[in-house]
Amino acid sequence: MAVELIVFIFAAIASVAGGVGVIGSRLPVRNALSLLLVLGSLAVTYLLLAAQFVAVLQVIVYAGAIVVLFLFVIMLLHKQLGKMSPDRLRWQGPAGLVLAAAFLTLILLTIRLGAAAPTAPAPAEFGTAESVGRALFTAFVLPFEVASMILLVGIIAAVVIGRPAAQPAAAVGRSAATPVGASRR
Amino acid sequence: MTVPISAYLALSALLFVLGITGVLLRRNALVVFMSIELMLNAVNLTFVAFARQLLAIEGQLAVFFVVLVAAVEVVVGLAIIIAIFRARDTVDIDDVDLLRG
Repeated sequence: MAVELIVFIFAAIASVAGGVGVIGSRLPVRNALSLLLVLGSLAVTYLLLAAQFVAVLQVIVYAGAIVVLFLFVIMLLHKQLGKMSPDRLRWQGPAGLVLAAAFLTLILLTIRLGAAAPTAPAPAEFGTAESVGRALFTAFVLPFEVASMILLVGIIAAVVIGRPAAQPAAAVGRSAATPVGASRR
Repeated sequence: MTVPISAYLALSALLFVLGITGVLLRRNALVVFMSIELMLNAVNLTFVAFARQLLAIEGQLAVFFVVLVAAVEVVVGLAIIIAIFRARDTVDIDDVDLLRG
C-alpha cells in the first residue's frame, strides 16, 4: 500500500505550494488559483482518509462555488486591486512571522507528543454519501435545519449589502431584484 | 492505512500557519479572506483525519457544517468588500480604519 503514501506526499506538496502561493503572490488571480490548488489537493487527502462525500463536497462547494466567487470579485475590481498605499507595518511584519513560526513549532510538538493509536481499517460504507446522510438526517437534523436558516440569512444579507446605497425609496423594491454586485451605480 | 495520522495533522498545522501568516502580513482584503479559507480548510483536514482514526462519522458532519458556514461567510464577506470598494475605492485594509482608536 505504498501507493497511498506516494499520493499523500504529492497532495501534501501541492497543497503547501498552493498555500505559499495564496499568501505569496502579488496577483489576486494567482492567489485565487493557488487556493484552488490547495482545495483540490485537500480533496485528494480526504479520499485517502475514506471521506468520499466530503471530498465531493469540497470540489463542488469550495472549488466550484467559492473560488469562482472570488474570481468574479477579482474580475469586478481588477483595475484598482493592485493599488496599495505604502506599507505601514514596521516591526509588525517580522514579529508576525516569528509568532507564526512559534505557533507552528508548538502545534508540531503537540502532534509529536500525542501518542497516536493504531488505526483500524475503515469499513467499506464509512464516509459514503449514504452513511453521512443517514447521520445528518437522524442525529443531526436540528443543526441541519439551522444550517438552512444560515444559508437563507446569508442570501438576504448579500442582497441587502450589495444593493446600491442612497437610492430613493421608490426604487428600493426594483433594485433589490438586481443580482449582487451587478450594478455599479 | 500506511500514512500515519500525525502526517495529516502536520500538513494541517502547516496550512493553518500559512493562513495565519497571510492574515497577519497581507493587506489586500481579498487575500486576507483567502487566508481565512486556508485556515478553515486546515481545520477541516484535522476533522477528517480524526474521523478516520476514530471511525466516527461525526467528524465528517462537522466538516459539512464548516463548509456550509464558510460558503455563507464568503458570500457576505465578498459583498462587504464590494460595498467598501464602492464607498472608498480601495481593498487595502490599512486604508479602512474608521474604527481606529
